[in-house]
Amino acid sequence: MFKFEKLVFGDLGWGDEFLFATLMTITVSILSMGLGLCLAIVTVWAKLITNKITRLIANFYTTVVRGVPELLVIYLIFFGGNTVVMSIAKLFGYNGYIELNALTIGTIAIAFISATYSSEVLRAAYLAVNKGQIEAAKALGLNKFQIFFKVMGPQILRHALPGIGNVWQITLKDTSLISVTGLVEIMRQTRIASNVEHSPLTFLVTAALLYLFLTTFSGKFFKVLELNYSKGYN
Amino acid sequence: MQIFLDYFEQSLLFRNFVEVLSGLDNTLLLLIISLPIGFVLSLVFALGRVSENKIISKPIAGYIFVIRGTPLLVQIYLIYFGLGSIEFIRESFLWILLKEPFWCGVLALTINTVAYGSEIFRGGIQSVTKGQIESGLSLGFNKITLLRKIIFPIALRKVLPSYGNELILMVKATSLVSLTTYMEMTGIARKIMAKTFAPVEAFIAAGILYLFLNFLMVQFVKYLEWKYNPHLRVEQN
Repeated sequence: MFKFEKLVFGDLGWGDEFLFATLMTITVSILSMGLGLCLAIVTVWAKLITNKITRLIANFYTTVVRGVPELLVIYLIFFGGNTVVMSIAKLFGYNGYIELNALTIGTIAIAFISATYSSEVLRAAYLAVNKGQIEAAKALGLNKFQIFFKVMGPQILRHALPGIGNVWQITLKDTSLISVTGLVEIMRQTRIASNVEHSPLTFLVTAALLYLFLTTFSGKFFKVLELNYSKGYN
Repeated sequence: MQIFLDYFEQSLLFRNFVEVLSGLDNTLLLLIISLPIGFVLSLVFALGRVSENKIISKPIAGYIFVIRGTPLLVQIYLIYFGLGSIEFIRESFLWILLKEPFWCGVLALTINTVAYGSEIFRGGIQSVTKGQIESGLSLGFNKITLLRKIIFPIALRKVLPSYGNELILMVKATSLVSLTTYMEMTGIARKIMAKTFAPVEAFIAAGILYLFLNFLMVQFVKYLEWKYNPHLRVEQN
């Protein structure tokens, strides 16, 4: 049933392959979380300014992506992404075949999903900061950049951190879905290994333990960050 | 107008839509079985989680921790591929159910939703204030009546929005069962894509159906909130 000898490092086992797969999962999670946060900031900005059209587009984006299964979004971007990129390249006069690699596609797909969740978190955090603070900062003669980076930014971060921690957990778990694109992360490595060794239970339990380790460890990390950022309030 | 209708009927998107629609019953079947069972078990597990008996609450806490810390895909694969590789299970009566991707999907979805649902219900049960329980006790309620008349009504009303969220996540989660060869909407969309080489049309057709399902789910939860929180109705208008 559970074969420990298949998990050793080196040529006899799959230990080192799983180590690289774990690193790949972490890489994709961090990249897509970062890209997702950037996208979320744009979305929040579009939702909060008074322009009706941008608000409509932003609301449409978050509603649709959150109402459709993650797997479907990944399929759409993985299989449809190349077509879109090639038609954009055609506009610029390039007619060759372009193929994005699995890492790029996977990162973009997960970022699209993660951004919808982060945007809700950031929006709530922004609204939680007292508007009087902006007025106070203006009265002190701070310019727009100073207001954002010295007054609003740190406070938004404090309010948003617990939510961001949750989104990180969701993102980390969603990366298991991009195994369908062929990117060798934990889930893909599990399928490969169990097909070769005919022992799915061993590798699936390993994958579950690896994910459990990653989520627990990063959860602890976010707890420390939260404590650090709310020092003045405890 | 007729020309437009004809064109519409000929279009790939419409034909895909009809084909994906034939997988709707399979998606709904997964939900109809796993959601009610998940709801009842969530309540039971939430009660176990808040119980003062450590022998009951600790294993449940462990179960919730493991399920919430691993992706649903791993759980589905573990049940579909993992359990099937154990000799003992292949020879037992369970194999009649577990060799079908459908029942594996139902089992995985139920296990998953119970973990998330019981955490939600725990929050609701713990939010019932001590005074309310004491007033129930002073009326001479026994434990069952206390649960049925005071704790559950108050807790369930409070957690309706977050449980509604979990229901929507479950509708989305059914798409993962397609990876175990079960032909529900995502699986059919995938098949159409392999057949027509037009990925965008196939997945958009499926996406519209999922959006519609989730829309219905949101309306259902909103109706429940409206019905069971009459004291909040004025505020909402």
